[in-house]
Amino acid sequence: MDNTFITGKLKTRFTEGILYVNEHEDMLTVVVAREVIHEVIRFLKENESLGFTFLTTLCGIHYPDQELQLGVVYHLHRFSDNTRIRIKTFLPLGNPVVPTVTDLFSGANWMERETFDFYGILFDGHPNLKRILNVEYLDYFPMRKEYTLEDPTREDKDNRFFGR
Amino acid sequence: MSTSNYIKVDPPEGYSSPGLFATTFDKVVGLARKNSIWPLPFATSCCGIEFMATMGAHYDLGRFGAERLSFSPRQADLLMVMGTIAKKMAPVVQQIYVQMAEPRWVIAVGACAASGGIFDTYSVLQGIDRIVPVDVYVPGCPPRPEQIIDGFMKVQELVGKESLRRRYSKEYKDLLESYGIR
Repeated sequence: MDNTFITGKLKTRFTEGILYVNEHEDMLTVVVAREVIHEVIRFLKENESLGFTFLTTLCGIHYPDQELQLGVVYHLHRFSDNTRIRIKTFLPLGNPVVPTVTDLFSGANWMERETFDFYGILFDGHPNLKRILNVEYLDYFPMRKEYTLEDPTREDKDNRFFGR
Repeated sequence: MSTSNYIKVDPPEGYSSPGLFATTFDKVVGLARKNSIWPLPFATSCCGIEFMATMGAHYDLGRFGAERLSFSPRQADLLMVMGTIAKKMAPVVQQIYVQMAEPRWVIAVGACAASGGIFDTYSVLQGIDRIVPVDVYVPGCPPRPEQIIDGFMKVQELVGKESLRRRYSKEYKDLLESYGIR
């Protein structure tokens, strides 16, 4: 099964929802609107001719220069012929809500918590959306590109140890 | 008389004559304590690997009476923190310190335990002295076993010279209070 078949299937089913398709190093990248992201992943998993039954990974990304700054990237895998596909969706910084895929892939649970932890992306319908790696009292999302490399507001550093 | 080559320690300062040796109680207790320290290794990263070499036959921390590691804080005398401590792990380190019985000592092995080291970042504790009082700092990234042994011998010096009343002093209580430890 080649990538044009997958692209054709997705474009027929979702038309306007598919925003951008690109193929890099034989791996298909599809950018979809957030309104259809859950249906796209369900379609890729449950459609008999597609059958992407494994969620390899899920992560967040922040492009501060874009209008829709925050993104969620899903990597799906079909075992039968080792095909992989990358699905992206972008969200505005002011309203970073995306439907959860924990109902389709249980393994998405901790990945979505990690993405929430570092980027503040809210997964609507997630059973337990709280911080997973960082301390509970952290009041910001550290992987967002909102901070200078050296944060001048931090008070926990001892200048003596850094030659300052 | 057998010619075994066990290590004897020097007697403390005191007055001796045939059949008599007089010294202070502090010094006798200090001598006993400093040559039988039970360390609790809290090894989180590469400094812990150096500590394994330190405990091994080649460097042999047993020569200093410290071959008996205590993996329970209740019986430990010396907390050896070796490696990066993330902020999320800070309360764990502090709880282990609280669970240790007095008298207790702490050694921060390596740049990370002493100051956060290269991990100048939001998730790493910038030195364990922010959560527990530290007696000896061992520099290095990671330190060689010789340096760890040097740091350990500095702890022995402190243990040997400690006054029996120190832990009841107001200064010591204030120190613990400043860390929020009771």
